[in-house]
Amino acid sequence: MGGAGHGHAVYRERLTPLHVVPSHVKLVAVVSFVFVVVATPGTWYPAFAGYLVILCVVGAIARLTIGFVVPRLVVEIPFVIFALLLPFVAKGSQIEFLGMSVSEAGLLAGVALLMKATLSVIASIVFASTTSPREMCRGLERLRLPQIMVQILTFMLRYVDVVGGELRRMRIARESRAFTARHLGHLKVLGHSAGALFIRSYERGERVHLAMLSRGYTGTLPVMEQERVATSMWLRALAVPAAALAVLLGSWAFS
Amino acid sequence: MGIFLTDAESQDTDAVTDSAHEPSLAMSGVAYAYPDGHQALFGVDLLIKQGERVALLGPNGAGKTTLVLHLNGILTPGAGVVHVGGLEVAKPNLTEIRRRVGIVFQDPDDQLFMPTVREDVAFGPANLGLRGSELAKRVESALDAVGMAEFADRAPHHLSFGQRRRVAVATVLSMEPEILVLDEPSSNLDPASRRELAEILTGLPITLLMVTHDLPYAAQLCSRSVILDEGTIVADRPTRDLLTDADTLARHRLELPFGFDPLAAKAAMQ
Repeated sequence: MGGAGHGHAVYRERLTPLHVVPSHVKLVAVVSFVFVVVATPGTWYPAFAGYLVILCVVGAIARLTIGFVVPRLVVEIPFVIFALLLPFVAKGSQIEFLGMSVSEAGLLAGVALLMKATLSVIASIVFASTTSPREMCRGLERLRLPQIMVQILTFMLRYVDVVGGELRRMRIARESRAFTARHLGHLKVLGHSAGALFIRSYERGERVHLAMLSRGYTGTLPVMEQERVATSMWLRALAVPAAALAVLLGSWAFS
Repeated sequence: MGIFLTDAESQDTDAVTDSAHEPSLAMSGVAYAYPDGHQALFGVDLLIKQGERVALLGPNGAGKTTLVLHLNGILTPGAGVVHVGGLEVAKPNLTEIRRRVGIVFQDPDDQLFMPTVREDVAFGPANLGLRGSELAKRVESALDAVGMAEFADRAPHHLSFGQRRRVAVATVLSMEPEILVLDEPSSNLDPASRRELAEILTGLPITLLMVTHDLPYAAQLCSRSVILDEGTIVADRPTRDLLTDADTLARHRLELPFGFDPLAAKAAMQ
């Protein structure tokens, strides 16, 4: 949720050619793009440069700025740490790099991992910033994700703010009685809070279920009308992985 | 409010048939004990005619919520029967019963579980099999009835509490119920929201059962009140009579708020 209040952390409400593409179409395009990126041999650097250009063009169409995208790359940090470790833990012939002795294979693998992860995360950010969370759930539903998982996601979306609000009120109530977590012993208090929050959420779940039954719920959420997706939308979205594939095939032909 | 126009029309044309004369709610001898053995209802008899507005009063723990959950078959009585508009509350009729009984729960966050107001109001009628323009029309007229049409595409958590409660009312109005049941409708509302909701509720041509211990609200909205205490109906009278009977109120842990004079309130309303 972040501190953004009512706003979304990533989604930006605008009207660009990317926003109007149905979410499941975009999702297919993003996943295909990522597949192409991951399938590229790690040392084909011109291909990766080509992918970055494609993403820049798409990002520009979505009117995203570098200042918007870069801070959101933090989700990649675990991969970055792993990529940085690779040259030191991998075996094989050692080379000198910045005055350190590192594994050549590890260094190459680390660089490849970093490039692939970064490109994939940028593609995801472009997707997330042009697709509302609600639309993502709908997209997954249209891609035939099992109903039960769509329902769980949809409820999570609805109640994350409600549960977050409860958590905040509990914290304020704690702090109003002069509590601040200063040492490990205080974990017990936080544990009680977490337990209370769980019970409350569980009870709310039961009440919500009751309210659903009262309005004729029988196990499936009613599926709303599905509009036919215009072929132009598919073409528009799939142009992105198609361009990436062209770059990949091009590099292959030249190598 | 086309939604209610059709209701009124059907009442006119059906006036000769039996169903139009059926009471909206008929409970007789309803008793219920929870699985843990705690008995909550001891033979409740209650008859509510079409178009009546009735307040169900009673202290905490009197069995009010238990009673409400019998109206749409969430709980099944251990003894006795419940009829809604002439139809018995029983397993084979549950879908129709849940259409006929619109329960608005106390916490709108429990009632509004869909991502947008429009989807939530559509949830009930969609479960009844409505689709397309018919469904859209239901949603629109239900939101119109509570003055929330312009908020259809908002997320529930972006609305004020009073607005959420009004949307919660719309979520059951869209099922065109026979009887509207409200659990503590005035709780947590600021005075303006409270008045707005009262105006909306009095404007609805529908049978209403209001569970509350907000006695002034009962006086404002319902001409008849029943008191439920320890699982039985202990009083069933015009609200004004009941609220001026200090002994009966005190016996069942009900109190008028400081400074509230039911007779003066009645005079002010007329």
